[in-house]
Amino acid sequence: MSWFISILHFISVQILNVPAYLMGIVAAVGLIAMKKKPGEVVAGALKAAMGYLILGAGATVVINSLSPFGHLILKDTGAHGVVPTNEVITAQAASQFGAQSAYIIVFGFIIMLLLARFTPLRYVFLTGHHMVFMSTLLAVVLSVGFGAHQDFWVIAVGSVLMGAIMVVMPTFAQPFMNRIVGSRDGNLAIGHFNTLGYIIAGAAGAAVGKRSRSAEEVKFSHGLSFLRDSMVSTTVLMMVLYMVFAVWGIIAIPHDALLKVFADSTSGASADIGAYVMAAFAQALQFGIGVSIILYGVRIILGELVPAFQGIAQRVVPGAKPALDVPIVFPFGPNASLIGFLASFTGGLVALTLIAVWLGPQFGLALILPGMVPHFFDGGGAGVFGNATGGRRGAIVGGFLNGVLITLLPAFLLTVLGSLGMANSTFGDADFGWFGTVDGLIARTGMPLAPVSMIALALALVASAWIFKVRCVDKGWLPAEDRAQWLASQDAPEPRKVPANS
Amino acid sequence: MGIGTSILLKMNTESALGKLNVPGTVTTADISAARGAAQGVDLVLTSAELADKLADIPAPVAVVNNFMDAQEIESALSGHLPRA
Repeated sequence: MSWFISILHFISVQILNVPAYLMGIVAAVGLIAMKKKPGEVVAGALKAAMGYLILGAGATVVINSLSPFGHLILKDTGAHGVVPTNEVITAQAASQFGAQSAYIIVFGFIIMLLLARFTPLRYVFLTGHHMVFMSTLLAVVLSVGFGAHQDFWVIAVGSVLMGAIMVVMPTFAQPFMNRIVGSRDGNLAIGHFNTLGYIIAGAAGAAVGKRSRSAEEVKFSHGLSFLRDSMVSTTVLMMVLYMVFAVWGIIAIPHDALLKVFADSTSGASADIGAYVMAAFAQALQFGIGVSIILYGVRIILGELVPAFQGIAQRVVPGAKPALDVPIVFPFGPNASLIGFLASFTGGLVALTLIAVWLGPQFGLALILPGMVPHFFDGGGAGVFGNATGGRRGAIVGGFLNGVLITLLPAFLLTVLGSLGMANSTFGDADFGWFGTVDGLIARTGMPLAPVSMIALALALVASAWIFKVRCVDKGWLPAEDRAQWLASQDAPEPRKVPANS
Repeated sequence: MGIGTSILLKMNTESALGKLNVPGTVTTADISAARGAAQGVDLVLTSAELADKLADIPAPVAVVNNFMDAQEIESALSGHLPRA
């Protein structure tokens, strides 16, 4: 029998513990379930596995660019600087937590399907990259909280939390989505883990924009639309950030130490100030290149996984609504998404100042520098939500609040990420922030109480979403109804004046 | 943007092609790589806000506003099908 044990050991250690192979197996199972041809199954499995390996290769490039940047900030300010980018932190965590997160994604998806099948929360979360990020985040905070060798509990509790959050968040956002689309049928649902930011933006819009007209009536120049290209916007922002701290360094760091700032990086020690500045410039480009490689890998994985997941979901939960990525709302407010992005970025800078002068020294929080990807997508989405309930003012205020939120929450999240909290990147979006921090704090209470409390948390979330769905969403409640009526009265043709009786 | 939404458009385009009985391959690209990927294809489907970035490519570009609307995708396709 010992050969049998050996084979099992080989499979579990050399195959099921390697995230890339696991991804390939998941894709293959999905494609087989969809009755694809053998050739397509093999190609899909191979591409999913290779996509995961490409993601790791891109992560190496990004880390090589970010670590000298973190070093530079530390030399300039004495503070730990972090640029939140989900792709980067996920790729960094993959080597240590990849296997647990792959299991959490599979079982979490199954639990989500069960919830969608047997409760009114009939949503199928299809934003694959956010599933990857959330499962990684849960694997990290639960592993850190529960302690070593608790893989079973990490995967079990993580999957329940993952399945719950994937149907709960789209439910709470649904009335706002209905307002954006302008219909009560709920055909479009949002499945994106910045939903807290969107709900706050929508609520803020309803509060401040009662008499504000839509941002779509503003004529916008196309001068800023080049930022829609995430490769360009990410790299440009990193150049600006790198240059700011490089110049700061010229002022603050003694000359000899300055030339040694990049000594440990790919650039090597600088010969003079010019070489030092250009080294910073080159590192900023490397960051953009690394993020592009990671995104390429993510796309390849998703191209195989998303159709497989949707195929399975359509069989198991017919009639469920797909909950989709945030760009799905951009066509409902192209101007609002641009306004929201700029306002979010401003909010991020204000919150960064707040951390630098008050929260950092007070609570030891790290400097959260604006990450372009979260601000672009989350801020843009928040702008559309705010515009739908509160016009231009709603888009500005909603975007701004979102920016503050996605700067402060990552700072708190860092405190529960264990050794990953020392990295120069972290998860960016609001739901990762609040859900990760809450889960991390509960997980810290240790075994055996923590898993019980966390299952209870998942049940409480599902229960409250259930009540909200039945009481509000299905009854056709829409936010900012008074504004909608005011707009309708404004846009209605002038009623003919009845001559007064003199 | 080319991560989640383009894959949805791809899946819905494939099912629309199946409905119209037109054999075809559908590939996705993000806006950074789209101009290169669009060389030598028969048709590009994209959203309104990205269409102007693809103004000068050789292939025809059709705008789809709602990526989940099978009807809209079908009519976008049928406008560009080769005459049998």
